[in-house]
Amino acid sequence: MPRKTHVQTIINGEHIDFLCEPRQSLLECLRDVIGLTGSKEGCNDGNCGACTVVFDGRIVTSCLVLGVEAEGKEITTIEGIADGNTLHPVQQAYLENAALQCGICTPGFIVSSKALLDQNPTPTEHEIRYWLANNLCRCTGYDKIVRAVQDAAVKMQEA
Amino acid sequence: MKWIDYAAPHSVRGAVDLLGQAGDKARIMAGGTDLLVQLRLRAYDLDLVVDGKGIPDLNELTYDPINGLTVGAAVPCYRIYGNAAVAQAYPGLIDAISAIGGTQIQGRASLGGNLCNAAPSADSIPPMIALNATARIAGPNGTREVAVEDFCTGVRQTVIGQGEILTSIHFPPPEANTGAHYLRFTPRNEMDIAVAGAGVSVTLNNGNIASARVILSAVAPTPLFVKEAGDALAGKPANDESIAVAASIARDAAKPITDMRGTIEFRKHLCEVLTRRALNTAIERAKENN
Amino acid sequence: MPATTEFDVVGTSPIRHDGADKVTGRAVFGPDFQSAGLLHGKMLRSPHAHARIKSIDTAKAKAAPGVYAVVTANDLPSNGGDRLVDLGIGPIRVEFLRNNILAREKVLYKGHAVAGVAAISAHAAEEALALIDIEYEALPSVMTISEAMKPDAPLLYDNLKTSGLGEASDKPSNVASRLRLSLGDAGNGFEDADVIVEREFDTSAVHQGYIEPHNCTALWNTDGRLHIWASTQGAFGARTAVAWILDLPVSQVKVTPLEIGGGFGGKTALYLDPVAALLSKQTGQPVKMVMTRQEAFEGTGPTLGSHIKVKIGATQEGAITAAQASLAYEAGGFPGSLVTIPAMSVFVAYDIPNVTIDGFDVLTNKPKTEPYRAPGATNAAFAVESVVDDIADRLGIDPIEFRLRNAAKEGTPRAESPPHALIGGVEVLEAMKHHPHYTTPLEGPNRGRGVAVGFSGSIGFHSSCTITVNADGTVALVEGSSDLSGSRTTVAMQAAEVLGIPAEDVHPSVGDTDSVGFTFLTGGSRTTFATGWAAYEAAQDVARQMIARAALIWDVNADALKLEHGVFMSTADPELRMTFKKLADQIEATGETVIGRGLVNPSGAGGSFIGDIVDVEVDPETGKVDILRFTAVQDVGKAVHPGQVEGQIQGGTTQGIGWALNEEYFMTDDGRMANPTLLDYRMPTSLDLPMIDAVIVEVPNPAHPFGVRGVGEASIVPPAGAIANAIHNAVGARVGELPMKPTTVAKAIWDKSNE
Repeated sequence: MPRKTHVQTIINGEHIDFLCEPRQSLLECLRDVIGLTGSKEGCNDGNCGACTVVFDGRIVTSCLVLGVEAEGKEITTIEGIADGNTLHPVQQAYLENAALQCGICTPGFIVSSKALLDQNPTPTEHEIRYWLANNLCRCTGYDKIVRAVQDAAVKMQEA
Repeated sequence: MKWIDYAAPHSVRGAVDLLGQAGDKARIMAGGTDLLVQLRLRAYDLDLVVDGKGIPDLNELTYDPINGLTVGAAVPCYRIYGNAAVAQAYPGLIDAISAIGGTQIQGRASLGGNLCNAAPSADSIPPMIALNATARIAGPNGTREVAVEDFCTGVRQTVIGQGEILTSIHFPPPEANTGAHYLRFTPRNEMDIAVAGAGVSVTLNNGNIASARVILSAVAPTPLFVKEAGDALAGKPANDESIAVAASIARDAAKPITDMRGTIEFRKHLCEVLTRRALNTAIERAKENN
Repeated sequence: MPATTEFDVVGTSPIRHDGADKVTGRAVFGPDFQSAGLLHGKMLRSPHAHARIKSIDTAKAKAAPGVYAVVTANDLPSNGGDRLVDLGIGPIRVEFLRNNILAREKVLYKGHAVAGVAAISAHAAEEALALIDIEYEALPSVMTISEAMKPDAPLLYDNLKTSGLGEASDKPSNVASRLRLSLGDAGNGFEDADVIVEREFDTSAVHQGYIEPHNCTALWNTDGRLHIWASTQGAFGARTAVAWILDLPVSQVKVTPLEIGGGFGGKTALYLDPVAALLSKQTGQPVKMVMTRQEAFEGTGPTLGSHIKVKIGATQEGAITAAQASLAYEAGGFPGSLVTIPAMSVFVAYDIPNVTIDGFDVLTNKPKTEPYRAPGATNAAFAVESVVDDIADRLGIDPIEFRLRNAAKEGTPRAESPPHALIGGVEVLEAMKHHPHYTTPLEGPNRGRGVAVGFSGSIGFHSSCTITVNADGTVALVEGSSDLSGSRTTVAMQAAEVLGIPAEDVHPSVGDTDSVGFTFLTGGSRTTFATGWAAYEAAQDVARQMIARAALIWDVNADALKLEHGVFMSTADPELRMTFKKLADQIEATGETVIGRGLVNPSGAGGSFIGDIVDVEVDPETGKVDILRFTAVQDVGKAVHPGQVEGQIQGGTTQGIGWALNEEYFMTDDGRMANPTLLDYRMPTSLDLPMIDAVIVEVPNPAHPFGVRGVGEASIVPPAGAIANAIHNAVGARVGELPMKPTTVAKAIWDKSNE
């Protein structure tokens, strides 16, 4: 039997060790090995963004990262966005603006949206749409998602 | 996916040795945004993936106005356009790497990977050729340099030989009175593959075009360097008439196929449109850059 | 988001009850389901569009490391094949369903499932597929309607004859059925017309595009009961289908609907569950199967293509005198293109005295077609709205004005069914006419404006709901409608309204097939209407029981008591008042638990009328169409949750835009989909759209307690027609095929300039 690889990583601030086969993507490791099922698989080829996580400081599609590449890296998933029991302003804004319907793309969008606002606290509508183009939503038509990001930006500036 | 092994060498020598031993059963990986998709589609039958991101040479990103720009093969797009000095000096290159995929893809995909994948539709290769870029390759017999315009030899075929890796891409320093632009046509505004694309650079001299380079993507097995189009512009005034001639030559030189992304007729037509529009922008940039 | 005035809860936009789970990644969707001893299943699929299966040898696959079981069609039962099962979208023979689950004798499309493997990991299962040896005899295939309808076309079924019009044909055919609907006399009607426009249209196959592919986990337990956890639009339909496919009593199957990542009509049918069940039966362990994106495209039910002819005639004054439509819709490899639905809606927005509609259900070697939000109506409206626009243009009449002159109203006769009930067609058109979008001139070269209207009927059918009162005055509500978009909240809100408590005091959940009463699928724009009604009835039942309890506590006659805005009070004695909360706290001490139930099968589901205004800019050199501004005006009857209603309108509109501009199955000559990825199957991204102005018009449905109309589907209907009309307005060319992608639009512009 070929051996699995022992990977050490930091996920949502916690030191996590896991075993995986090199062929398993980071998305598979998060979902099937570690049990963090918040990141979703929609396409497995980087085109839908439902698997988006923050990896080494940048948002990436975790389906196109191997689990073994996570050695020594810092990762933030949807499960790490809220602060304990308190939702992040981006999460709260998505709820208040009804910016989700089925909710499958929502984790990816929230991780991407927060990354945008962390980098650019006052994005224009065009900048929001451009940044989020790697996240597909089939339910909402994006209107309320863009408004939620605008709303969160304002709330975060006020805080 | 079939079982693969993974190795992450820390030196060029290490990578070269691993690839040399494994032959065509191993490939080097940077961002993985092409390779992993291809592995899942069984486009390659590999036993080993060699991760180049741990090799310092492949992560280099240095620029100065005297020596130019060196981009390590594994440097992801976002680092390039995120570097203000680089972005200002090489807008033609930035046009292309901001068009590859979307934000998340650009967080991983590398310039070197885009070059080595050598897709006919690769966005970054036309501007690299327009900017006279050089590929630096390391192998068991040492290092060598190849002009990017000679790098791709066929659909997903390059001059990279057994046991060799691309280590970096070098761009000469930007010249005064020179502008470059990459313009592609896609049905969606982002997250798409070029139906056709034009990467051009233009150097002006007193309102005339001193020299120009025109390269097309997605209309031939490799990025198509249309020398005749650039030659037709040299010495001509920078006006609509000259541009029209060059755009026409570009259209005639294109050898597209009909596939799900476009027909021959439509792609040839686009070559004319995109070359014309790209030249106009490049000339504007050249005028601003004196 | 606007709140309306006459209700306390209905008409507001509270945060959805499942919100905390959905924004933190905690919500358990089908593929998230975990269980001890879980095995993973993968499906082997046909590489051929049409072929006979000569032999299957699974021995090597069964022996591969990590593989636990392999199944083929031979493992499916064969009795009961003639039964007709209705998953909610029309009856289908169990035999056909079985054949689609695992091909027997023939494969009918590329992607048709032929074998299933269960292994220790998904990778191991996938690798084992290559070890299954199948010998195929490739057969000629038919990939388009015109090919399929030729007299000498290769046949998918050797003994299927066209049925319909009260007779069966004598020769086998790829036309599975045909229908005709008529009103008045179209021939005479055209003689009265001053202008007649007749055109043909083609539409390509499109996919519902849900971001989460099909999935399920099945456990065939030691007690013989089969438990399925899946993302499904209808747990009860799934239960029946699985039971009959596997020849089990329905009571032996339990379906737990997990959270679902999109459906749009495509997750009513099922593909994996019986195979996962068979694998579980053989292994004694739970088996999870999740489709890849490519399998979602090739192995489920997209909405296939159509060929439509429309002819309309009108007088000089703009009155439509006659209309004719011929609708040929592709069914795919099995009969059931659902052409009846668009046939019933094609002219339904208009008052036309003479109408003939012909429909054809055509078999082709593609996956069996399934509904996609207002099934078939988008294609039909693309055709009709283009022709209507053409006529209005020739007559020099404003396009909205023309539609007003011919708008269907209450009592307008229809070719296919009783006359319209009260509908908001005129109200929607008037709102469009006065909207700032329409009254603001559009300036700039290559820019154009187009309008189109659409209509979607909706359905009632059974819904069940129970409400239990908690001691703290909150209530637990259990209903049976899979929640695709937040419907558990709109259902809960209707109960809250009756009881006079805040929406957050209702705790809604969606039950499984053992814990809630039979509920029809989530589709047909029925959930807020019918399941909401069930919640309304359950709440009324709670109210009655609590009034009786108050009467007991106060020792008065219950007839004098009522519940208003959450307070129990007496019409006879103003001193007697008790809040819902206060009374709830006394239930346990004063008698039995209070549980109300609502069981409905309502008629009177009101249809929904919608109109679009779109501004586009066309690049005449490339044919690219950019949407500058989009307004969608819909009559929703009563918006229970305006925020959600706007979201439905914007979402359906966006799907309509994708359908109009770029989405298609690009088929190769050998019957393959060349673009089974989300890269080349081009759904709109956030950068491809502007904000979408969703305007809510309310013409309450008199049949529903709160005036609700089914809202969910109509918004996908008009965008293609509106955009086609806008393109014509911009560059003078009419495009008659979908998608109106850049090559197609560019060609239409060149053809026009060469005229």
